[in-house]
Amino acid sequence: MSDIETMSRQERINAYWKENNRLIAILLIIWFSVAYIPPLFVNQLNQISIAGFPLGYYFGSQFSLVVFVILIFYYAYAMNKLDAKYHLKDRDK
Amino acid sequence: MAVNEAVKLRNNRLAQYYGMFTVGLIVFSLIMGALELGAGMPKAWIGWTFLMLTMGMYAFIGIMSRTKILDEYYVAGRNVPAVFNGMATGADWMSAASFISMAGTLYALGYDGLAYIMGWTGGYVLLALLFAPYIRKFGQYTIPDFVGARYGGRWPRLVAAICAIIVSLTYVTAQVVGVGIIMSRFIGVPYEWGVVIGLSGVLVCSFLGGMKAVTWTQVAQYIILIIAYMIPVTFLSLKLTGFPFPQLSYGQALQNITVLEKELKISSEAPARDGTGRIIQQGYVPAYNEGLSNAAAVTAINQINSYFGLNITPPKAQSIPDASKPADEIQTDWRGTPWNFLALTFCLMVGTAGLPHILIRFYTVPSVRESRLSVGWALFFIFLLYFTAPAYAAFARWEILQNVVGKEIKSLPEWTVNWSRLGLITQRDYTTLDGREIDKLPAWAAPQVRSGALVITDANGNGKIDLAGATFSETEVDGKKVGVFGELSGTAVTKTSTDGILQFGELNIDPDTIVLSTPEIAGLPYTVAALIAAGGLAAALSTADGLLVVISSAIAHDFYYRIINPKASMNTRIWLGKTMLVVAAVIAALLALPRLALIAQMVAWAFSMAASSFFPVVLLGIFWKRCNGPGAIAGMVGGLSVTLFYMYNNYLDPSFNVLGITHLAAGIFGMPINFLLCYIVSKLTAAPSQEIQDLVDHLRSPELDDELMTSIASGKQAAGAR
Repeated sequence: MSDIETMSRQERINAYWKENNRLIAILLIIWFSVAYIPPLFVNQLNQISIAGFPLGYYFGSQFSLVVFVILIFYYAYAMNKLDAKYHLKDRDK
Repeated sequence: MAVNEAVKLRNNRLAQYYGMFTVGLIVFSLIMGALELGAGMPKAWIGWTFLMLTMGMYAFIGIMSRTKILDEYYVAGRNVPAVFNGMATGADWMSAASFISMAGTLYALGYDGLAYIMGWTGGYVLLALLFAPYIRKFGQYTIPDFVGARYGGRWPRLVAAICAIIVSLTYVTAQVVGVGIIMSRFIGVPYEWGVVIGLSGVLVCSFLGGMKAVTWTQVAQYIILIIAYMIPVTFLSLKLTGFPFPQLSYGQALQNITVLEKELKISSEAPARDGTGRIIQQGYVPAYNEGLSNAAAVTAINQINSYFGLNITPPKAQSIPDASKPADEIQTDWRGTPWNFLALTFCLMVGTAGLPHILIRFYTVPSVRESRLSVGWALFFIFLLYFTAPAYAAFARWEILQNVVGKEIKSLPEWTVNWSRLGLITQRDYTTLDGREIDKLPAWAAPQVRSGALVITDANGNGKIDLAGATFSETEVDGKKVGVFGELSGTAVTKTSTDGILQFGELNIDPDTIVLSTPEIAGLPYTVAALIAAGGLAAALSTADGLLVVISSAIAHDFYYRIINPKASMNTRIWLGKTMLVVAAVIAALLALPRLALIAQMVAWAFSMAASSFFPVVLLGIFWKRCNGPGAIAGMVGGLSVTLFYMYNNYLDPSFNVLGITHLAAGIFGMPINFLLCYIVSKLTAAPSQEIQDLVDHLRSPELDDELMTSIASGKQAAGAR
């Protein structure tokens, strides 16, 4: 990643922004599929039960929530790595 | 390094304080429980002790955090660590509605209620990915600050400030109503007194210390509310399933519900088909049973008429499908399709990300890095409660189907008797009217008398309804079946409604009852119920605190300092902020006193409004440099208008609908219009100034760049005059 060292400030911001957007897009696709695809098939999914939970109900009440929490923590983690890659300092009081 | 050491030390100390607080709360609850069971301490004392102790605690934190420093007053000094900001956001977010009524909504709606669970958590993903880091990087005091700086000029700021005030004021009024209800139910004070006592509790914290005090009390309030929420349902799970993790064990409850519903014929063995051949499966687990109705609008208008002495004609009551019509005449409806569910989930998610009292919480963390982490913690802490709410609902449904429905009213479990005395459970069987005075009929029977479906003949003239020894018989009058049962007769009198057995359809449960009655269902002492009351109060007060800060800063900071008098001194600004806080609190109390049901509805609408006004504009402001002021204004006005138009029409007349989407999800139509208008108008007008484009670049990178920041933010609204 030696080319990051030679980039101008504006180039660095642009490249960082591009990577950030790609990450956001991927995570939003996951977010969308978890929240909006299972409801379309809920009655079919409910035919299957796991530990008493009908699967369609389970997706809405538990699975999607867990995924949401993981997505946010993953984003925080990935962005910290991205900050470091582009040598962007953060303000710390 | 020295700075890091100091931060670490401070975080450890905070963790110690709140750790001690948590242990203290548990020990205190155990002592109260022991006093109740061992020494027979009266219930009222237990309630008051819990109330006084928790309110005293909030006041103590408020006094300890009193401040005269602007940064501390508005943004808690920007040094709240991510985890604690997460807890504060959790308490800020979870209101009386989440704490007390959410489980009840799920109980009533089954799968359809999960739109709220998913919507109110999934919105945090949008908040984390699209807003929080940039709001933190911007680092001012309010959300209108952001709109004003990004779109230039006082108009966008003014519009944003007005929106923030309207949304927050309805929201805070709902919280105050919640406080009044909790206080009156548990402490036994009149509702109005509950409102006053509760509000003074709010003011003690926020008045002295602004955001700083609010933040640190919210952390304490989160701890109280989450403990209070977890304890009763854990014991209930242990009692019903022998397993102490309700979140994992309520699958068993769902299974039992499905079986019991088939036995009681609440859900049909074979799925029924509606007029157009779509499959409808009724019951708790199957999805998309909700129809459309304007019952809420009719109730709201009648309530307003009787309270203010007005004479607005309510719309004709309608529901789709109309159950009173024969099966082959039932109108086509949209039940069985997922569109309303999806639209509602989406509006709640997007609206969540646009609510000002949540957004400003991300000004209070020390850095961009912490702001990202902080959203994660916030959702985690919220998740703990939302993950558990469906368990409450399922256990309650199971208990009710098993031990209440289909049983003789005389032999119902004791907890139902207690709650029906308070009017939270209604049993619409005519045998319950025995011995009642005719002019004091319950709320469900009175309208039947008015409409003529129920006729009371007081044969012995004692002013009471006598049903002893009555038997049901049926005659035919003008081709209609009319039932006779003792002194009662009419078309509403039927065999099932006079048999003394509680059918499912005869049972009506207030959503609040589910959480409130759990301690009794589980056979726990009153101390647990008092703990729940303290938790509900914490939820309502913490949300009210955060909202009042938004309102007061919109007036004192955005209106006064930014628009009217930019030369105002720091002291004047803080003084004005505090005054506005009291004013806003008093207005909220006045609005809450009529106790209108409409308020709760308005809170639900706030999400659609935020989704169709704020969200697109803030989003484009960060992600699309070319977006400009005229575009933003056109977008907000257009988006909000479309939403309000759909909302108004569908609320009054359910036959006005697209794909069966209700007024609650009206934002689904306004939001795309907002984006579209914003895009077109921005493209047709001049690009934003270089300065604003630099601001956007600045927001996008966490790099420290204080000089540019100050040059843009320090009153250079002039730049936006273009």
